[in-house]
Amino acid sequence: MSDSTFEPVIIGFTCNWCSYRAADLAGTARIKYPPNVRLIRVMCSGRIDPTFVLKALSEGADGVLIAGCHPGECHYLEQNYKALRRHRLLQKTLAQFGIEPARVRLTWASAAEGALFAQEIAEMVDEVKALGPLNWPARPMPMATAPAEIPVLSEEAA
Amino acid sequence: MKPKFAMYWAASCGGCEIAVLNIDEKVLDLDANFDVAFWPAAMDAKYKDVEAMEDQSILVTLFNGSIRTDENEHMARLLRRKSKLLVAFGSCANEGCIPGLANLSSRESIFERAYTSPSTENPQHLRPLVSCQVPEGTLTLPPLQPVIRTLDQVVEVDYHVPGCPPESHQIAAVLDVLIQVVKGEAELPPKGAVLGAGNSTVCDECARKRDVKLIDRLSRIQDLPQLNTTDCLLEQGLLCAGPATRSGCNSRCPNVGAPCIGCYGAAPGVLDQGARLMSAIASVVDENEPDAIDRVLDGLPDPAGSFYRFSLAHSLLRANREAFDDKP
Repeated sequence: MSDSTFEPVIIGFTCNWCSYRAADLAGTARIKYPPNVRLIRVMCSGRIDPTFVLKALSEGADGVLIAGCHPGECHYLEQNYKALRRHRLLQKTLAQFGIEPARVRLTWASAAEGALFAQEIAEMVDEVKALGPLNWPARPMPMATAPAEIPVLSEEAA
Repeated sequence: MKPKFAMYWAASCGGCEIAVLNIDEKVLDLDANFDVAFWPAAMDAKYKDVEAMEDQSILVTLFNGSIRTDENEHMARLLRRKSKLLVAFGSCANEGCIPGLANLSSRESIFERAYTSPSTENPQHLRPLVSCQVPEGTLTLPPLQPVIRTLDQVVEVDYHVPGCPPESHQIAAVLDVLIQVVKGEAELPPKGAVLGAGNSTVCDECARKRDVKLIDRLSRIQDLPQLNTTDCLLEQGLLCAGPATRSGCNSRCPNVGAPCIGCYGAAPGVLDQGARLMSAIASVVDENEPDAIDRVLDGLPDPAGSFYRFSLAHSLLRANREAFDDKP
């Protein structure tokens, strides 16, 4: 399944107060990590609706990273616990869809943990590479333009 | 000459047809203003009669049922071509409904369940065939498609009437609008409109008292010793789809003590009903440690089936890997 030329696309949701700053720190400290993650900054990991994750996966992402402040350190007191609960529930649900748990990763990173954040990304990229492309078939929708001729089913069916 | 009306069922249970008949004497208004051109559940008609009709000669077709077989798809395309207005009628046509849950299984496992499960008496292991030779000739059945689709995933749809089935008072209101349009007393609603439903959530219409939403366990209704008759069912530990479900039913199920199961589909502005419900439920779990959270969530043995009971085929993921990999 794994393909040496496969470069996964990972959407990373980072919170404004900790994990985005960790990514920023990783950048200013010139820590190298794989360029497979497209970061999207949100105000809080509690903002991440499972819809965002499913939309990313259904529209071409091979994995989704959700990163928030450490438990107990949320800028909005306890919204990262909501992220944690949603992640647990989403994982349970995704299992029924045949989507591997490693594709949706939750991690905590404080603004001082640039190196840790880079390491998390490197680990996740390795894991998703090993799983191979997701290629979720929900897109393109088989939205129809009607064929020119509608075939008649059969004389008997008529 | 009266404009033509049609109603068709694809992969559905027939409940939508019954709901239409439940409008009582209103059905006479329908008859007074429309010529019923095709309605297999109510009167004899042949597909070849529809095929012979001129394109766009039916003013309005209420199409219920999802697209499960080649025959369903054929009829969806045929009726699209013959109808000026095609209405996705009921949950199956709009979101896939209960038949859409088959998108969590391959066709092989569906047949296995239907024809060889322990509760089935089938000692010869008979299976239906798409084509079978008998002395009189060849018998055919339409083949199942690997993934169930909703009507708007197959053809263009003009209007949506949600519900499983749509509430009869809502159907009557929709037919009233159509009749007014025919008489020239009203304009058609904008294309793509959701008709016969509210613009909010079931919770908004629910009369139950809402207080602090924090749940430390999720139960099934039969496992709860006693159900309080006035308070929010979700707060009592029942999975209620009210927060993610479109209003329009007057909160019928919660009013009688049964949680909302989500039959009116995603609430306005909600892209994915199941994801929104997941979000709502996870938010109110009153635990912060992973193991403790899992203990509460273990009260949901079938999360995909519970969150997407009606909307799986129209969700962002639409089906699971097993169904998608089941190539025709």
